[in-house]
Amino acid sequence: MSYVAFADRDHEHEHHDPDTFITKYIWSQDHKVIAIQYGLTAIFVGLIALGLSAMMRLQLGFPNDFHFINPENYYQFITMHGMIMVIYLLTALFLGGFGNYLIPLMCGSRDMVFPYMNMLSYWAYLLSVIVLVISFFVPGGSTGAGWTLYPPQAISAGTPGVDLGILLMLVSLAIFIVAFTMGGLNYVTTVLQARCKGMTLMRMPLSVWGIFIATILGLLAFPALLVSAIMMLFDKTLHTSFFMPAISSMGVDPGYTGGSPILFQHLFWFFGHPEVYIVALPAFGLVSDLLSTHARKNIFGYRMMVWAIIAIGGLSFIVWAHHMYVSGMNPYFGFFFATTTLIIAVPTAIKVYNWVLTLWEGNIHLRVPMLFAIGFIFTFIHGGLTGLFLGNVTIDLPLSDTYFVVAHFHMVMGVSPVLVVFGAIYHWWPKITGKMYNETLGKWHFWMTFLGTYAIYLPMHYLGFAGVPRRYFAMGNTDFLPASAQDLNAAITISALFVAAAQLLFFINMIWSLVKGPKSDPNPWHATTLEWQTPDHPPKHGNWGHHLPEVHRWAYDYSVPGYKDDFIPQNVPADKAPAGRDHGGAH
Amino acid sequence: MTIALGFLAIILATLLGWLLKHTFNVAPWETETVSDTAHHGPLGGVDKTTLIALLTFLAVVSSFFALILSAYALRMDLGDWVPMTEPQLLWTNTVMLIAASIVFQWTRNAAVNGQTSRLRPGLLITGVLTLGFVLGQIVAWQQLQNSGHYISSNPANAFFYFLTGAHAVHILGGLYVWARATQKVVLGTADVAAVRRSVELCTIYWHFLLLVWLVLFGLLLST
Repeated sequence: MSYVAFADRDHEHEHHDPDTFITKYIWSQDHKVIAIQYGLTAIFVGLIALGLSAMMRLQLGFPNDFHFINPENYYQFITMHGMIMVIYLLTALFLGGFGNYLIPLMCGSRDMVFPYMNMLSYWAYLLSVIVLVISFFVPGGSTGAGWTLYPPQAISAGTPGVDLGILLMLVSLAIFIVAFTMGGLNYVTTVLQARCKGMTLMRMPLSVWGIFIATILGLLAFPALLVSAIMMLFDKTLHTSFFMPAISSMGVDPGYTGGSPILFQHLFWFFGHPEVYIVALPAFGLVSDLLSTHARKNIFGYRMMVWAIIAIGGLSFIVWAHHMYVSGMNPYFGFFFATTTLIIAVPTAIKVYNWVLTLWEGNIHLRVPMLFAIGFIFTFIHGGLTGLFLGNVTIDLPLSDTYFVVAHFHMVMGVSPVLVVFGAIYHWWPKITGKMYNETLGKWHFWMTFLGTYAIYLPMHYLGFAGVPRRYFAMGNTDFLPASAQDLNAAITISALFVAAAQLLFFINMIWSLVKGPKSDPNPWHATTLEWQTPDHPPKHGNWGHHLPEVHRWAYDYSVPGYKDDFIPQNVPADKAPAGRDHGGAH
Repeated sequence: MTIALGFLAIILATLLGWLLKHTFNVAPWETETVSDTAHHGPLGGVDKTTLIALLTFLAVVSSFFALILSAYALRMDLGDWVPMTEPQLLWTNTVMLIAASIVFQWTRNAAVNGQTSRLRPGLLITGVLTLGFVLGQIVAWQQLQNSGHYISSNPANAFFYFLTGAHAVHILGGLYVWARATQKVVLGTADVAAVRRSVELCTIYWHFLLLVWLVLFGLLLST
């Protein structure tokens, strides 16, 4: 008998439901439970990173008032904030969280194809988080090398956490990459092999497309981070000279010969730029499904959306050196990377136009997930436009070390994906928990977050143009700046604290929903995709009861003329869709 | 970084070719019946699932080694690089790894043709040869240490230890899977189909690591 993965088995009687608390919720092999474990862990470390950013803002807004923040701490806060947010929160949440939850449900399979490896992936991720958190408490504290961990300073005396902090950071990254690889193999193989009958590639929801391509990027790009982490570990512990040049460190010769710090930068950004899209592509996919569902209209240009995701994925591998314009590279090199960087704006712009055109003449329901999705379009356009500035070498050189860059990447890679995360949580919450949340509280959460983040990051662009340097603990010799720059900094800090506090609304709402929330309808948004058509609500182990679903149409049959409802689920056959009056929403 | 880019171009071209074939000229909004096999993966039905996963993993490992080779090429051009003479023992090790691959292929063919009696000797011989390779690599390291070629004395040495070490770790990973299959065969608790699948996948993995080794060895010899 040939091997048939659990994900593909048609009848449920071949497996045993996990029945004890431990097998059900702790050592679980169910993709939905693993998704929640990933999600909760990621949100937990995300809150640590949020706390760190609040500390940094306190120092920047009110430089002389908080004596417990010294320059060493400040650099540790920067480093850990960046690393946690990019890797341990966003990558883990989008792929480990949403990827795990949505791929099997949206593709119509019972689970991931390798549930055991999926479980290992989560526990390895948790281990990497634990190692990371331990590094806060070791002697010398966590590393303060900046989230890019550039040598030589990352492992040279004088940098905070140079003894144990940097070691634990590198080890934690290596464990994370192992965890990601186990998860990633599952996501790719499940999408390729375990789709239900009728689910052709071009009938997959864009969420799955985004997660699928992002996973491929991750599988090919994370090895670059692993290679650079191992080589830096060697430089640190075995005194090799992969990256470490012959330097004198604080009057002492540490014994390195002529290594190349630029080599590290190449390896790091060879991972680092695709990493931007590892976070962005799932966000693109999820937001497409949110917009289409809540606008009751098929996504505009589905095929273009798919190809744009693929094109962005491919292009993301040949733009990495635009992070290195200030490293003194050959101008022709810079020209090449500026060109590829601007080319990537084309598929990205296609996606933005298509989102806006999806809204055009749609029957828009401004529910909480939709607010976040539309908010994302705003922040992503603003963050994307400043990317066009920074993609050009001549503009990047003067702006590179200023707050303009901080504003740019927080807008495009911080706020935008986080808005999608919230939108997606509000959207799938009823499916995950079976409960509804308080709509009004959700709307308050949106408006405070959306307007608050603008109050943080719009002024930062101005600070950057004025020349306020980033990474600085205190202004220092910056007499060319007007005194009002400090007032602006104080205002930004107040906004940042406001936004951080506003997130409490989210947690209050979700906890209230779990404890006292009303039961939700199995398909409260009248969505077409398979996860809303499960026989149980919320779906049980194995997802589909006795028979796997069969798919007869794409995921975007909203407001089809000649049908009674304004949506037709993917598993409804062509001749079984309830016909009726021509629906008003159709055009 | 040209090496890494060249490798990526090959992977992405393969992937893009397959994706375009399945997404071009498709009208996703139409609700027509789709043939039974349309949802199957690139290599066919559900029985290819583990093979797809293995190939994906090999792409990840290739990316890993391609990136080290890129770093090697970049670092080699800097002033302090002193080429290293590889120990002669590596030739013996290479022969052992080639032999292991050949015996594994023979075992696989036997397993596919249902000649289960050959499984046991085939697996055992492969294991001995592969273990011999790993031990040989360790001895080669010791020879280098004894002649004063430490990891920190020169970047060429550092890359030698890194590359051979990374390769050996991947071999050990393969040996773990081999050990589980062999244990079942020796104890006689094996489900024939399951062992056959293990052997087929292991054979691919062994050939792949042999190929990686030949590339690495060639590079080390020529620089």
